[in-house]
Amino acid sequence: MEAETGSETYLDVLATAEAWRTGGRDVAIATVMETWGSAPRPVGSHLVVDADGNFEGSVSGGCVEGAVVAEAVDVIGDGKARMLEFGVADETAWRVGLSCGGRIRVYVEKLD
Amino acid sequence: MDLDTLKRLNAARQAREAAILITNTATGDERLVLEKDGYDGDLQQDEIAARFRSGKSGMVKVEEGGDLFFTVSVPPPRLVVIGAVHISQALAPMARIAGFHVTIIDPRTAFASEDRFPDVPLFAEWPDEVLPRIGLDRFTALAALTHDPKIDDGAIAAALDAGCFYVGALGSRKTHAKRVERLAAAGVGGAALGAIHAPIGVDIAAQSPAEIAVAVLAQVIAALRRRGMSDEAAA
Repeated sequence: MEAETGSETYLDVLATAEAWRTGGRDVAIATVMETWGSAPRPVGSHLVVDADGNFEGSVSGGCVEGAVVAEAVDVIGDGKARMLEFGVADETAWRVGLSCGGRIRVYVEKLD
Repeated sequence: MDLDTLKRLNAARQAREAAILITNTATGDERLVLEKDGYDGDLQQDEIAARFRSGKSGMVKVEEGGDLFFTVSVPPPRLVVIGAVHISQALAPMARIAGFHVTIIDPRTAFASEDRFPDVPLFAEWPDEVLPRIGLDRFTALAALTHDPKIDDGAIAAALDAGCFYVGALGSRKTHAKRVERLAAAGVGGAALGAIHAPIGVDIAAQSPAEIAVAVLAQVIAALRRRGMSDEAAA
């Protein structure tokens, strides 16, 4: 399928998630659920991560992917879904670099 | 997320079926709603209907029991144009900019030339040969623009039969009245005939082919975004 629109692009990530899991890898899916201000990726964007930290897709255009991937590896480990929040008001978020001034909430869940 | 649920979502997407995955962000519970299966009586019925129309994913705040996230998957809309005519030359690029996958069909090879339609999937064949191959569905719009009943009529009937979200046909009221007579004689039902947009296009007093293309595209977009709404609610 062509990846022309945002909706198609994020669903390609879900196809990747299915392929990875079916192939025997442990997988977590991260989803941008809320955004405020100038968030770089729209609500509904996905990132798929495996236990080794390999990932595809994006939730922020690169700013906080590293932090999300690290959390996702933990989620794969304990199986517990969690909501992450990044934004300029949060010093941690500054450190991982969401410098565009936006704020995002990202839900990370294991693919069982 | 459950792998089985993900497989069903991906399968729906492959089949160009609209689907919404509803995730409870507090409990992790999830369920998949397929538009084709219907959702009358669902607690989130109105929200589901609105999101199938808008195609937008988003969070829905719920008073008790945890907020819900709607992952909305709506197939990319397609526009099938019958007639490689002057209006189509303007309509094809504009519709592509607006996010539609455009296909042009016209058996008249003098019209359906790549010179006239660069970068658009183009079929110099009869619609009844092409349409079964490309498959019409509820996320496809069809605009019949040849003015020739031999080419337009069968395509219009096929689009109505497939439940295309938009079917429009070029021609005056008089031309359309004759068309309706022919289609009725061919067995197309009254409700389906009433759904044909004719004369085609939103009334913007369009004159040139490009202006008519704008009028047609506006009407297609309105039909897409108001899918499933009653005429009253859409007005």
